[in-house]
Parts: sequence; C-alpha cells; structure tokens
Amino acid sequence: MHGGRFALVAIAVVAAGLLVAKLGFNQYYYFAAYVVLQYVVLATAWNILGGYTGYVNFGTPAFFALGAYTAVVLIKSMKAPLLAQLVAGAAVSGVLGLAIGYLTLRLRGVFFSIATLALAVVLQTMFVNWEYTGGARGFSVARPATAPLVGNYVQFLFVVMLALAVVAVATARWIERSWIGRGLAAIRDNEEAAECMGVPTLRLKLVATTVSGLLMGLAGAPFPYYVTFVEPTSVFDLNYAVNSLAMPMIGGTSTWMGPVVGAVLLGTAQQVATVTISSALNLLLVGVILVAFVILAPEGIVGLVRRLARRGRS
Amino acid sequence: MSADAFLDVQAVTKRFGGFQALTAVSLRIRQGERFGLIGPNGSGKTTLINCISGTLHADGGRILFEDRDITTLPAYRRTRLGIARSFQIPKPFTSMTALDNLRIPIEYARAGHHDGVVDEAMGILGQVGLAAKAHVLSAALTQIEMRKLELARAMAARPKLLVSDEAMAGLSSGEVDDILAILFQLNQRGITIIMIEHIMRAVMRFSERIAVLDAGEKIAEGRPEEILANERVERAYLGE
Repeated sequence: MHGGRFALVAIAVVAAGLLVAKLGFNQYYYFAAYVVLQYVVLATAWNILGGYTGYVNFGTPAFFALGAYTAVVLIKSMKAPLLAQLVAGAAVSGVLGLAIGYLTLRLRGVFFSIATLALAVVLQTMFVNWEYTGGARGFSVARPATAPLVGNYVQFLFVVMLALAVVAVATARWIERSWIGRGLAAIRDNEEAAECMGVPTLRLKLVATTVSGLLMGLAGAPFPYYVTFVEPTSVFDLNYAVNSLAMPMIGGTSTWMGPVVGAVLLGTAQQVATVTISSALNLLLVGVILVAFVILAPEGIVGLVRRLARRGRS
Repeated sequence: MSADAFLDVQAVTKRFGGFQALTAVSLRIRQGERFGLIGPNGSGKTTLINCISGTLHADGGRILFEDRDITTLPAYRRTRLGIARSFQIPKPFTSMTALDNLRIPIEYARAGHHDGVVDEAMGILGQVGLAAKAHVLSAALTQIEMRKLELARAMAARPKLLVSDEAMAGLSSGEVDDILAILFQLNQRGITIIMIEHIMRAVMRFSERIAVLDAGEKIAEGRPEEILANERVERAYLGE
C-alpha cells in the first residue's frame, strides 16, 4: 500500500467507525470492539520493540497501567478532559519506555525480558500502596455526562480507541519503512555488526522503547472512563502481557499488518469465548493458539499467506 | 606526533577480570599501508581489533585516528570516521537479502548519502562477485559467500581503514586468492588495510609490514622476511 492510499484507508476506517457509533447498536458491541481495538494498539506497540528490534517485553501491563493511572490522577486532581489524559498518559509511559531503553545497554535477550516483568511487579506494588489513587481498594471514576460527536460515552470511547489504533498502526508502518526500521532490523539480526556498520544502536533502541511505551500508555489512558473503576489487579493484568506478545506472534512480527491481524482475530475470539463459554478460557485459548503457531507457522499468519502466495505464483 | 601515523595505537591495555588480554600494545600504521597482524590463538589479535573498531573500550592507552583521539568514541562513530571491519565469524543481517545487508552501512555509515543506494550496493556486490545473489536472503549464502558479504558490507561503509579479521579462515586456496585479490584492489584505491590471518602464505604475500602478538604483548614488528627470521616469533608459534 502506498502512503496516499494508506492515508485514505485510515481516514475511511475512522469515518466508518464514527458512522457505526452513530447507528447505536447494542452497547455490548461497542464495549467488545473497544477491547479488540485496545489490543490492536498494544500489539502494534509491542511489535515495534519486540518484532522490529528483537527485544521481548513482558512489561506491557506496566506501561498500560501507568497510562491509566496518569489519567486517574488527572481526573481526580483537576477533572482534566480526555484529550489531556491521552497526552499525559502517553508522555508518562513514553518516559518509562525511555528509561527501559537505557536498560538495554546492560541487559539483552532473556535478561531484558525478566527485567521488564519485574518492572510490572514493582509498579503494581507501588500503586497498591499509593493512597491517592485508591490503593488496593481502587478508584471510582464518573464519566462526563455528555460525549462529543456521538451522544453516548461508550460509543464515543469506541471512536477514540479506533482513532488511536489508526495512529499506532500508521506510526508502526512509518517506522518499518523508513531508515529507522532498517536500522532496528539490523539491531535485531546482530547488534554488534549493526553498531560496526554505523548504526547508532543505543539511540535507535531508545526510539523503539520510547515509542512503544508511549503507544501502550496511550492505550491505557482512556481505560478509567471505559471501566469507570480502576484498581491495580485489573490494570496490571497478566492478560495484557500475554496478549500483546501473542497477537503479533500469531499475526506475524515482520510487518505492521501482523499485529493488526493477530489482535483482531485473537481479540475477537476472546470476546466470543467470554460471552459463550467463560472468561477464564481466554488465557487457555491464547496459549494453545500461540503454541500451535510457534510450531507450525513461526512467521505468523501474514508470513504464511505471503509464502503460500509466492508458491502459488511460481 | 608525526604526521605519517594514520592509525596510532599507543600502549593499549585491556583486562577481562583477572585476565590481561592486551599489555601496552603500540602500533603505528601509515596511510595506504597493508599491515598484517599475526599471533597464536588467544594472543589478543581480535581484542586489539575490537579496541580499534570500538566494540570494546581500552582500559589504558590511547588510540588516534588521523590525529584524532578516538579512544572513547562508540563504534558507530568510528565507522563514520572511516574505520570499517569484517568479523572473524560472519555476522550477516540474516533477515535481509544480500543487497539490503549493504543498505545498512550505505545509509548509516555516511549520513546524507541516500540517493542511488541500490545502484551502489549492486556495484559493490558485483566487485566481490555476489551480484547474482543480491536478492538471496543472507542466511542462505554459503560460507565463502558470507565472507565475501562481510567484506562487501565493510566496503559499503566507504572506509579509509579496513580491518579484515580472518576473512580467509576455512577457505580453499582458490577462494583465498579471490579474497586476496579483492583486498589488493581496495588497497590500490587508497584504503589502508589491517589483515589478521592465520594463513601465513596469504599474510606474507599481502603485508608490507607485520606485527606479532603473543599473550597480549607485541613481540615483533617488521617486514615479512624479518618476521620469518625472528627467533621469538618462531618460539611463540612452535614452542621451545
């Protein structure tokens, strides 16, 4: 897809979403679609660091929760509007991403992954003990009475998350196709060789961790208004870590399309399973599909389709 | 400081914990020179190269390149100044084609040169005889092809100083001649070359001067015939 066509499709997607929001279907569909779109953002953000750069991050909940709690603080302290919550949530998580980037100086491979997991645990403990945001009891949020564009606030949040997903995907796509993306791929393939070929590895890794963290915070910022009740165990849920890693792996980590495909398929399957069977089944579902893909199609759905298409042509 | 030292390694020392890998090694290499670096396994050759290229930082001593102190510069900055290297064990970017492997140094080592990247990369692949493999994933190349790609990638950085770390290990004598021909050609274009090699026939033929490392110390330096006649060198290689 060329840049112009991509932009047109992106605008069309948001416009279609706005239309769908105006139609006013059953509320549940907007709720469910919001979750799927939130995973599009998280999976895309994860893939910038995990897929393009090769640093596996288990700390998605930390970045997501930090975005959500930043919004909580803004709501409590000054009743800041949603836009301010988005900007602040993204900024704070972006700074955390930058800090994590400096970790890559000393920690590589599995050691980096363990550190990110520890980060989520440490942050969760902090928020459990921080009285201002309600500590372990949690914090109740009152949504604004009216929503712009579409009358209902849930429908409005659906449109917002759709727009954020488009922003995240466009960012990932731009990185992937620019010289930055080739530099990140060189780091993933061989960091030492990349550095010796003139790639400023630290600087590029900082870009990757910051952008990735920033987008995860962006996904978390509207969360308080979405659930209206924020408490540590729900925003630091292991599901965020597992899903944001599994979705790109299943969709394919080498292109921006992979996380989108993975998040839409797996996210939708989880929503259906939650309603028809049980919510506890979700993690099992992800686990089984992930294992199947790692063994049968390690390059994900996008890679699989491309390989089949190539075989069909030749 | 004399002007003829293009690369001036001054008493470089490197320790790994309690192990002294390099002890006050000094080298002065002139512009356009073909310089050989030899020594038994574990003598510190690759450590010295790592200190010159910046993948390791020296614990003591200084390194000057074109009269500029580069001792603490990160590796990518040194590459941009004109120091490129190939690796002893080829380290291609495995998810990329041979062509894309060269795009990295072309785009990154020389900021601002972004036109005609593909043409230039193809040209370099042609020089090392890999033009037919341009669109093959680098992971699928043979051993000799990977070594040629290593050299091609270093060439794509447009170096003033090229460090070739055992580019010929494990190759047949015909293949060794191939690589030697490429290195001679680069040298004729004015590129200074440091060659680390175990294949004596190749180093002796290629080098104008040779330095010998043993247990992290420089034990000899001179023209190839002087090195061959040196008793300390003989002892280092063959024992007492």
